[in-house]
Amino acid sequence: MRVVRILLPVVVLAAGIASWELVVRVNDIPPYVLPGPSAVFQTLVSDWPVLLQSLLVTLLTTFEGFAAAAFGGIALALVFNQSKWLEYSLFPYAVILQVTPVIAIAPLLLIYLSQQTAVIVCAWIVGFFPVLSNTTLGLNSVDRNLAGLFRLYGASRIQTLAYLKLPSALPFILGGLRIAGGLSLIGAVVAEIAAGSAGAGSGLAYRIAESGYRLNIARMFAALLLLSAAGIVIYVLLALTSHLVLRRWHESALGKDN
Amino acid sequence: MVGPAALSEACSRTEGLAVSLRGVTKVYDSGVMALGPFDLDVSKGEFVSLLGPSGCGKSTALRLIAGLSAPTSGTVGISKPAGQARPGHSIGFVFQEPTLMPWTSVRENVRLPLKLAHAPAAEANARIDEALTQVGLTEFADAYPRELSGGMKMRVSLARALVTDPDILLMDEPFAALDEITRFRLNNDLLALWRNLRKTIIFVTHSVFESVYLSQRVIVMTPRPGRLSAEFGIDTPEPRGEDFRTSAEYAGYCRKVSGALAPEKPGS
Repeated sequence: MRVVRILLPVVVLAAGIASWELVVRVNDIPPYVLPGPSAVFQTLVSDWPVLLQSLLVTLLTTFEGFAAAAFGGIALALVFNQSKWLEYSLFPYAVILQVTPVIAIAPLLLIYLSQQTAVIVCAWIVGFFPVLSNTTLGLNSVDRNLAGLFRLYGASRIQTLAYLKLPSALPFILGGLRIAGGLSLIGAVVAEIAAGSAGAGSGLAYRIAESGYRLNIARMFAALLLLSAAGIVIYVLLALTSHLVLRRWHESALGKDN
Repeated sequence: MVGPAALSEACSRTEGLAVSLRGVTKVYDSGVMALGPFDLDVSKGEFVSLLGPSGCGKSTALRLIAGLSAPTSGTVGISKPAGQARPGHSIGFVFQEPTLMPWTSVRENVRLPLKLAHAPAAEANARIDEALTQVGLTEFADAYPRELSGGMKMRVSLARALVTDPDILLMDEPFAALDEITRFRLNNDLLALWRNLRKTIIFVTHSVFESVYLSQRVIVMTPRPGRLSAEFGIDTPEPRGEDFRTSAEYAGYCRKVSGALAPEKPGS
């Protein structure tokens, strides 16, 4: 059963690539309209230095945005948890920031901030909300009896936070981070696209836009491929981290037999 | 909230008492009258059970004694030990659920009250080992709660309550969720612990059989609002064991206590 589950998507992938190549060759489609997978792969190899450079730029941006989202989301949730007044005052604006499409905010940010900063801010805007809302949910999901126990033994606010609330919230926080990882990549790409050819950046999304203007379609596909790969790697890394941290105690990380 | 003055006054009047409730009532925000007025005196070293139907306010009484909630009126007096120099707490509480932190080991769960009191590590470790020995869980110190059976989790919870060496142990239907075999074993172990440590124990239960088996005194409470309905002294001397559980004397006590409980149950 396991083998089949791995084998089936691989077969689908192979069939897809083969038919793509076939369609391009049989119809003799020129590469500036639709390059075949072999041409895309060739470009990936020949343009590797340029693409790698761009990949690193995008990854760095994503990471910075993710770090800002993780730190900002968790910190804001902690502040909200300690003060209802602050939560009531600020939470609506966190929601507004979240529901306004980031692609529409990006051009404005690019006017007021340097491009590098604007890109990170975009990644932060889309990434921080899931961290904030998940952490808030986690901090509020503390076992009532355990909370009573902490009160009985005269735990201070800091002790309750460090020994009870944060560990209780950890599975929720990790879930939020997992979502934020993918979203940070999206935020970075959106901002790079918005900056477009006017920007001085050289990330993968910028490469895609630039290659589009030059009708270098194969390079567009190659850059797209790298973006997908980056997204997958980010997701797997975060899922793995979550599993390693929770494996000894949380239901989500336990096998079926336990 | 009862001021410290009221507390010390209540205790000085009642030398030899561990817990003393006077005219205590509890009305919840919803307007539900949960308890009272309720009077209760528990001597030092006594084992008392509060028995009553679900929702009769017996858990509320326990939470008031623990200081987890404040009485609407009346006074709650708790005797303070002479020397308060030791770290920890004079009250241990065992909840109906084991209420363990799933993210850490048995040892760290038991350590919690000492950690919150900033007890020195060496002293804490010695006390944790002692408490785990008392409940027979030394081998499982490094296990995680999910790896333990229901009875073992309850033992961890008991060890955590004992680790501060409290004078008063409050137990809120601690064995209600366990199977009968495990419950009998834990009953016996609890009695043995009580014989050795001579703590004051207030034990809330809805089981007539459990209350008679364990206590020196059974206090039957009325349905909401909880008041004292009847009081029985169980004079069978310690040590009690399986012989007592099957004796005619035990059956007699159970019949009497059940009789006091029955008329209060509306149409059930």
